[in-house]
Amino acid sequence: MMYFSRGKTLTILAICLAGLLACIPNFLSNETFKSLPSWAQHRIGLGLDLRGGAHLLMAMDSDQLKKDWLTTLRDDARKNLREAKIGFNGIAATGSNVQIRLTKPEDAEKATAALKKLSNSITSARFAGAADLNIAQGPEAGLITMEPTSAGIQDRVTNAAAASIETVRRRIDALGTTEPNIVRQGSDRILIQVPGVEDTAALKRLIGETAKLAFYEVHPSVTAEEARSGRVPSGYKLFKADPKDVESAGREYVLRENPVVDGGDLADAHASFEQRTNEPIISFRFNQSGARKFGNFTKDNVGRPFAIVLDDKVLSAPVIREAILGGSGQISGSYTPESANQLAIQLRSGALPAKLTVVEERTVGANLGQDSIDAGKRAAIVGMIAVVAFMVFAYGLLGIFASIGAALHVVLVFAIMSVLGSTMTLPGIAGIVLTIGMSVDANVLIYERIREELRAGKQPIAAIEAGFDRAYGTIIDSQLTTFIAGLVMFLLGSGPIRGFAVTLTLGIITTVFTAFTVTRLLVAWWLAAQKTRKIDAPLAYKMVRT
Amino acid sequence: MFKGVDFFPHGTKWKIIEKRVLFVGISWALAIISAILLMTRGLNYGVDFKGGSLIEIQAKGPTIDVASLRETLNKLGFGELQVQAAGTNGALIRVGQQPAADEAGEAKAQEAANAKIKEALAANYDWRRTEVVGAAVSSELKMTGVYAVIAAIFGILLYVWFRFEWQFAVAAVVALVHDVFITMGMFSILWYEFDLSVVAALLTLAGYSINDTVVVFDRIRENLRKYKKMPLIELLNASINDTLSRTVLTSVVTGLAVLALYVFGTSVIHGFAFAMLFGILIGTYSSIFVASPLLLWFGVKRDWSDDAAKPAPGMKAKA
Repeated sequence: MMYFSRGKTLTILAICLAGLLACIPNFLSNETFKSLPSWAQHRIGLGLDLRGGAHLLMAMDSDQLKKDWLTTLRDDARKNLREAKIGFNGIAATGSNVQIRLTKPEDAEKATAALKKLSNSITSARFAGAADLNIAQGPEAGLITMEPTSAGIQDRVTNAAAASIETVRRRIDALGTTEPNIVRQGSDRILIQVPGVEDTAALKRLIGETAKLAFYEVHPSVTAEEARSGRVPSGYKLFKADPKDVESAGREYVLRENPVVDGGDLADAHASFEQRTNEPIISFRFNQSGARKFGNFTKDNVGRPFAIVLDDKVLSAPVIREAILGGSGQISGSYTPESANQLAIQLRSGALPAKLTVVEERTVGANLGQDSIDAGKRAAIVGMIAVVAFMVFAYGLLGIFASIGAALHVVLVFAIMSVLGSTMTLPGIAGIVLTIGMSVDANVLIYERIREELRAGKQPIAAIEAGFDRAYGTIIDSQLTTFIAGLVMFLLGSGPIRGFAVTLTLGIITTVFTAFTVTRLLVAWWLAAQKTRKIDAPLAYKMVRT
Repeated sequence: MFKGVDFFPHGTKWKIIEKRVLFVGISWALAIISAILLMTRGLNYGVDFKGGSLIEIQAKGPTIDVASLRETLNKLGFGELQVQAAGTNGALIRVGQQPAADEAGEAKAQEAANAKIKEALAANYDWRRTEVVGAAVSSELKMTGVYAVIAAIFGILLYVWFRFEWQFAVAAVVALVHDVFITMGMFSILWYEFDLSVVAALLTLAGYSINDTVVVFDRIRENLRKYKKMPLIELLNASINDTLSRTVLTSVVTGLAVLALYVFGTSVIHGFAFAMLFGILIGTYSSIFVASPLLLWFGVKRDWSDDAAKPAPGMKAKA
């Protein structure tokens, strides 16, 4: 065990050197770092708990997605059946499906064929080929049920999540913050990490709202009160006024179901100030098709009001004074410069398919972040000193070898984390401090075994051999059990727990490495030095003997 | 050349196994007390498991008056808020989940409560961090925590079984469960916050406390093969005494490192460091005084003459 071939020695030294080099990028300033060749640009990232910033886990409202889909299905079904000239008595969307009552039950086959056109096959890999819609007849004659399959719903949620991520990214990018991290978690959750942001309230408002903008035609004659007490005219729907608008709170409007133009037709939106009153407004501009639709609508309806609706709440219902052909306009109301800017950003980035709700938040202030870095550094340094002092006190020169091994082990952990681009968190630092203790443990096991062999009467060199030899199995056992715990934490944990598990498992691997290579190498060198200096056994014996 | 001070006594002949009823009795008593505490007093669950929000603040001055802070906060009308001191002039405020009709409403209500509290305290206190966990996520985290502990204990059981005989594996795991339990009992007494990082500490503890136990078991197995004629009690005693220096010294070294964490760490890492520190203490105790008596009671095989030595993974079998 004490013999190291030249090849082995060089390999060990090379690994240590590589480790040291890999750590260097972490200490360079930003400019120097960027000037490095791309293969060298690897360094450890700072977690949010050390940098300060917002960590938000948001869930998509999948129920809303399903409801919207059913509503669209119902409207499309109505259109298809009309085109196919199939009569129907009623068509309604329930909580989980769309039910159609045909006037003539014999039409069932024809109707099913017409409706099948609405079903799509799912393109995602998991459910490839499956239909997203189930169209069934019965149980009564003339009743057709269109029900989304669970695969279909899953697919839709996945796509919506992907679209949401893009929209959220655009909104956050508009804020100009540095490198936000936006990823999907699970099937309907999005994780957003924005360093440097401390006021999460504004951020949540920006990201959470769907910002669905649309312009609707107001019913020319029927008022909301009449519709409430009587019947809502077919093709129209009741909309409530925006609760934030104090003047018209509680008012309702009768609007046509399908909007004239909506957010999808928007080309641009930005916040500005009204020329005369200087109040904050949002100016917007439609794209070509939107401008055309809007222009035709306003041309035909001069003198009548139209409704501006945001997230299904009526913002205002101004009267059309003249045809608006240019395709641009303004939204005004009780907006502050901030809220106007926020809405402009939301409109520009597109509407979210469904509302996002915060289900988990962990936001750390920059002050605490800095304090945590300082505390972590202090704990690591003090821990290192305490451990080194103890080892030198208890084992002398061998203790120094163990300390060198421990220091190199920390360097190697940093090196691996740098190459992987891992993130360092406070629990991660705790993991490193812990593994400093554990790496020295391994050496204690070896040295105590050596002392035991010496007490049993072995010669020093043989005792050292035997010590390393016998301790090997015990060290593997002890490190492996902690490794199992670290692995479980890594697989099942998230966030800070994961950070801890990473440094713990890496620390264990490098501990075993340094204990059995670096420390052994140092001892072997020292032994060889004793031999070549022709200092005979008695002195070497005195060196290690207790 | 300084050769180091071998200060640990060698050749001790403590009669540990003879007093096994006493030692195991103590540990059982502690475990039962912990169980009772956990059932009655329960644990001070953090927001990770209970939901709601946690706001950490720091007084602008050098000291903090937790009592008056609690009074001010309770008047805000968000229910009974838990306020605990953190460090010399900081405090942790726990706000229960504000009720609402659905998930979205709950998130909004919690947000509003947090904002109000921050506003009320802005004059005299600095904000440090906020953690908010919704009901859905907190129940997930609870489940994950339980699975993780079970998985880790199971994994360790399998490994020790692979390396030793089943009696060793069961004894090791019983000692380990006892350590985790008593550590949790400590958290109940001291009412430290029990959150995800503490569960991480318990898991690490599980892996670490086995180390010491394995050291002793290794020696026991070695002796079982070497001294076939020695009575079991004497053999177990000798094994424990022989490995005493190793078990204690490794715990001291790791304990030093964790102590640095405990003393210098911020509030975030405090619970974790305490769990590790106490766990190392209790783990060492169980390795020395509890694991081997359990072996005796589980009836470890005395005659090993026909058993080839089981090699450690990676090493070739020795003749």
